[in-house]
Amino acid sequence: MPEIRVRLFASYAEAAGTDELSVTLPAGATAADCLAAVRSASWASRVPPGPALAVNRRYAKGDVVLQDGDEVAVIPPVAGG
Amino acid sequence: MQAWLTERAIDVAALLAAVTADGNGGTVVFLGTVRRSKEDGDVEAIEYSAYREMAEPELARIVQEALAKWPGARIALQHRLGVVPTGEASLVIAVSAPHRADAYAASRFAIEETKRRAPIWKKERLASGAARWVEGRPAGGEP
Repeated sequence: MPEIRVRLFASYAEAAGTDELSVTLPAGATAADCLAAVRSASWASRVPPGPALAVNRRYAKGDVVLQDGDEVAVIPPVAGG
Repeated sequence: MQAWLTERAIDVAALLAAVTADGNGGTVVFLGTVRRSKEDGDVEAIEYSAYREMAEPELARIVQEALAKWPGARIALQHRLGVVPTGEASLVIAVSAPHRADAYAASRFAIEETKRRAPIWKKERLASGAARWVEGRPAGGEP
């Protein structure tokens, strides 16, 4: 069962009270499945329907299949520059 | 080579020096600075935070894409993190190219892609002592 490191940032991290979670998922789980697992928490009402996701530090679509040890980031709307 | 991210005031002269080249006749330097406006309220500073491990490679990818589109260009870019007071630069992009058309185009590409893709966020710090997250734009994927 893949163990995934989930990174949270900015307003999402504030809402969750943490900037990092560990999530264990069934084999073959996707990035979207990981997001759904994270969103089951009460603070997750702050997360809009389709935040950007990154897998291993690159933007990724929800259908990317995760491997054990992958890092998934839930990316709030960005405001750099 | 300059780091992509810094916690200190950005050294604009160093970024300019990094792109100076004999063959490049047009140079453009863009500064994004923290501004204070009546509509925004009494903003004294903006606090920038980032997903550093991804921001660095993403900024590197943006610069590599620009260099592929405009061969001959030289680009130096640095984003500041932490508390940036009003009037100071949060982002500086220096671009040189043989001629000015490419310098302008590459500079524009770099700022637009940085704003679209860099996993960086900002929180306004007001004179009252209050702080509020700035609404960003949905992060883009690969171009």
